[in-house]
Amino acid sequence: MQNRERDQMHEETKYVELLIGRIMRIGVIAAVVVLLIGLVLMLFQGGNYATGSQPHRFGTIFTGLLHGQADAVMMVGLFLLILTPVLRVVVSIYAFMVEHDRLYVWITTVVLVILAVAMVIGYFG
Amino acid sequence: MIITPVLTVLMGLPIQYAIAASIIAVIATSSGATIAYLRDDMLNLRVAMFLEIGTTVGAIVGAIVTGMVPSNILYWLFGALLVFSTYNMIRKLIGKTDAAPADHPDELATKLKLNGSYYDKATKKQVDYTVTNVPGGMTMMFGAGLASGMLGIGSGAFKVIAMDTIMKMPLKPSSATSNLMMGVTAAASATVYFFNGSLRPEIAVPLALGILGGALIGSRIMPIMPTRLLRMIFVPIIGFMGIQMLLKGFGVTI
Repeated sequence: MQNRERDQMHEETKYVELLIGRIMRIGVIAAVVVLLIGLVLMLFQGGNYATGSQPHRFGTIFTGLLHGQADAVMMVGLFLLILTPVLRVVVSIYAFMVEHDRLYVWITTVVLVILAVAMVIGYFG
Repeated sequence: MIITPVLTVLMGLPIQYAIAASIIAVIATSSGATIAYLRDDMLNLRVAMFLEIGTTVGAIVGAIVTGMVPSNILYWLFGALLVFSTYNMIRKLIGKTDAAPADHPDELATKLKLNGSYYDKATKKQVDYTVTNVPGGMTMMFGAGLASGMLGIGSGAFKVIAMDTIMKMPLKPSSATSNLMMGVTAAASATVYFFNGSLRPEIAVPLALGILGGALIGSRIMPIMPTRLLRMIFVPIIGFMGIQMLLKGFGVTI
């Protein structure tokens, strides 16, 4: 009985792990595409970006994007890359829901909240 | 771990920017490995998520502290870290086996469902394991997150120490779990660096793309590369860089 229960849990975990892997793959590919576009743009625009004046606020990144600035595009790509592990946390919350593991739905949500707090601290701190 | 020294010592970049670029490299490594292997049977997702509470809080604190301390302290800390890593790698070269498993189930670990099992390919057996000393492991994980956020490293070695030495989890699931935790921990400090202007795209983007490309190739050749040989190549390099960074912290440049 205990063995069967464990095997079943193992099967579910396997399925969920595969799902997480696929979603992560999409996230990483999206980040890579944007990063590559940014890099190509930088090579074409040839400007001097080593000034430390890259846009790092939502507003400046957005206006930079509208003007087709390479550094703004690259910042978006980097942000997407930073979000890939966050995506993993989000999918894990779903995974624990599927397994009816309420304790871990909570624990994983706490991790997600901490990550959100990090963003707020970075933005306003 | 190798990126910050290369950027600062060899390329002369200020250490704050090197740390921010390096934390992006950690995320690229972790996410790259996840998609290259797709899934990992050794992984203990519950242990990872539970302990990430400690590592992410540590990482945020670390990222904030880095902005406030003078850079020679950062060089000093980083140098000390590299010297420690050299020692750790030499110890592994000499040989290290799994710690004796916890003999009785730990009440807190059972309540948190942290005990797990994995399939050992070497012995072809399903191995059940229990973990112990959860508060100790959590404390160590906070420290690992702090080091990660402050210095822009994955702190995989500290995470493995927390799980394998303190919590008595077997080495294989410990390292698989630590790989997953690295990305999430790094995401916490990376967002701080992203928004406070420390993250320079012209440095971080080529790094990230290079690593993601390397991860795809690496996952093909890694299984046939002997770990021992890799360690023997890296030990002198890291040891040398550690000493150089320590000296830089004291104001000496070779």
